[in-house]
Amino acid sequence: MEQIAELVISALLVIGGIFAVIGSFGLLKLRDTMQRLHAPTKATTVGVGTALISSMIYFLVFEGTISWHELLITLFLLLTAPITANFIAKAQMHRFIKPEDLPGTGDTTDWATYDLEMTVANPDLIGPDLRK
Amino acid sequence: MLRKLFPHPLLTLLLVIIWLLLVNQWKVGSLVMGLILGIAIPLLTAAYWPNRPVVKDIPAFISYCLMVLWDIIVANIQVAKIVAFMPNDKIKSAWIPIPIDLKTPEAITMLAGTITMTPGTVTADMSSDGKVLLIHTLHTDDPDGVRDDIKARYETRLKRIFE
Repeated sequence: MEQIAELVISALLVIGGIFAVIGSFGLLKLRDTMQRLHAPTKATTVGVGTALISSMIYFLVFEGTISWHELLITLFLLLTAPITANFIAKAQMHRFIKPEDLPGTGDTTDWATYDLEMTVANPDLIGPDLRK
Repeated sequence: MLRKLFPHPLLTLLLVIIWLLLVNQWKVGSLVMGLILGIAIPLLTAAYWPNRPVVKDIPAFISYCLMVLWDIIVANIQVAKIVAFMPNDKIKSAWIPIPIDLKTPEAITMLAGTITMTPGTVTADMSSDGKVLLIHTLHTDDPDGVRDDIKARYETRLKRIFE
């Protein structure tokens, strides 16, 4: 039993390590910030995830206790990663990307990042009133 | 009265569960502490949450979460392949506008988060009236296909769950 657990833990750690390395390699290799944004938000979630699963298996088999912290880490990671990515994307758009380079919204209003007048004139558009 | 004490019953439940997971062992004392936090935090933050977010179909929500987890694993492998083996000049990135039918902010947030975590796509922006999402894809030969895929796979499910 312990032997099998050791094998599974090692395999998960190696797989996770490979994904983490590829994610970091992507930061170096890809061409611009928007592309680089994809590497850490994707290729590292499996990297962290496998490390957490192997930690759970370790505590279950070798210490005889179930450790729930790993589930929480996964939850917080999944909640926060998209927000970081979105903020980096917005900062990048503000600084380096012109509205002309983007496809149109196909709609009456502009993209929110550039639509400062709209936001100032109609603060209600952002917030609970979106429900209506 | 009950509604005043528990402005967000689901949030209360979630906070109790998270507290118990944080403590990492089962004791009645932790449950009491969790309940105190679970009641106090929604009351203190009620001013910022005027409306209750509605989750109409909880089983569908859970199956949605599992589907997204699976998609994240698949996305990881796809993106890892692109990053590791595809030469830079072959990677075709694209901006894709996605018109959305969802109305509630919670549903739109879930959709945006899901898009960011899954196959080579990142949500970058939204139109000012909240009807179009702007996403960036790492590599695609078929931008319209990506758009239809997201609408069919995630948006219809979220619409059923939240609206």
